[in-house]
Amino acid sequence: MSLRRTALTMRRIMQQLRHDPRTIVLLLVVPSALVGLLAWSLQNRPGDFDQFGPRLLGIFPLTVMFLVTSVTTLRERTNATLERLLTMPLAKAELILGYAGAFGLVAVVQSALVSTLSYTWFGLSHQGVPWRVSLVALCAGLLGTSFGLALSALATTEFQAVQFMPAFILPQLLLCGLIVPLAQLPDALRYVADVVPMSAAVHAITPGQSRTYYVEQFAIMLGYIGAALMVGSTTLGRRTK
Amino acid sequence: MSSTLALEVSQLRVVRQHNEILKSLSFDVAAGELVGLLGPSGSGKSTLMRSLLGVQAITSGSAVILGENAGSPALRRRIGYMAQGSAIYTDLSVSENLAYFAGVLGVDRSRVHHVLEVVNLRALAARLVSSLSGGERSRVSLAVAMLGAPPLLILDEPTVGLDPVLRQDLWNTFTQLASNGTAVLVSSHVMDEAARCARLLLLREGHLLFDDTPAQLLSRTGAGDYDDAFVRLIKGAP
Repeated sequence: MSLRRTALTMRRIMQQLRHDPRTIVLLLVVPSALVGLLAWSLQNRPGDFDQFGPRLLGIFPLTVMFLVTSVTTLRERTNATLERLLTMPLAKAELILGYAGAFGLVAVVQSALVSTLSYTWFGLSHQGVPWRVSLVALCAGLLGTSFGLALSALATTEFQAVQFMPAFILPQLLLCGLIVPLAQLPDALRYVADVVPMSAAVHAITPGQSRTYYVEQFAIMLGYIGAALMVGSTTLGRRTK
Repeated sequence: MSSTLALEVSQLRVVRQHNEILKSLSFDVAAGELVGLLGPSGSGKSTLMRSLLGVQAITSGSAVILGENAGSPALRRRIGYMAQGSAIYTDLSVSENLAYFAGVLGVDRSRVHHVLEVVNLRALAARLVSSLSGGERSRVSLAVAMLGAPPLLILDEPTVGLDPVLRQDLWNTFTQLASNGTAVLVSSHVMDEAARCARLLLLREGHLLFDDTPAQLLSRTGAGDYDDAFVRLIKGAP
């Protein structure tokens, strides 16, 4: 494990992004615009935006980062740069952490922008602490990145990688409490809902819970991130059978 | 003698999904040798190269590279590899690509300038790879393979799709590298490139049909050109 090679990899991924201004704009503008749209659409229902808005701050980074990471890593696999790197002295962990670092950084910028706009322009008044909301957004971005890394191994084309998004994200969206409160779900589904990664992100944003509750939710997210990164690095086979 | 061997392949077999891709190949390559690996597509050239690199599992037999077994981590700085397809980042500039791979290999930045010089790409260093032609991309990929000044270069169809002038330039580069002591293994499916090599390995359906100089190939088969020689060799084979 070399910190230098991890940092180099992170810089290389940032350079790739820099050459793609359209993606940067999409990454930064789309989540902010969506939260803005939600705020506007709930204008005549006082209190609703305060309830739903913060949850989106956990959901967007997860979704966007999942998509971006799975397509980027798939590209690395299909254009043979991955094979080339694996014939060089680069450890798999260095590559994986390089990706997590680069996209984690993007997630931070993205969530900082969305939360700033939410608390100012969109008029969010949420009892939760802004720093916790930002921390959740970062963890959600890392969740998306780590799952994108892990699941991209299952896709052989970019078309398939994009289709993983509804397969991975939409069920979580239905179960994370955004549409149906968790308490009203059928028992079997509630057990599932309690453990999907997105629920932890949404729970960690919910105001008025105990300190241990929040610590627990962050622990769940970190656990998922670590597990997905580990799965991701095992799917980077150095050798074909 | 054995200390100057870059490559010792002995009874190498690769079976993938019940398909025997390489059928007991044996050959050696010495330091400073320029060896052409020729054969039609599907003959197992890429599989052979990938097993030497350690990215393809070997079913039986052995491949010893620079004194180490294929796939040993110590070899990762010592083999320069150019895969089919350019295997570089199209959304980075030429120099960003080289700088990254140089960093991974841990070689000095001055090597970047040097290899750009060798493949004659100094003028395009700042260009995005996506804006380059296929031939230019191949040269970037070759430059990456040469970055670490490796004692063994494994180049998978480096000249495919290039114009004749560029092809000649690249073969001159390979000859030059070999004369400086680098062992160079170059694959091609174009028989005409046989004349460029000091030694030929002809591969067909996973069998090694021939291992000698190009001149020997012509005289042994009595053929007028290399394509014809290949055909005669196949017909003569049991």
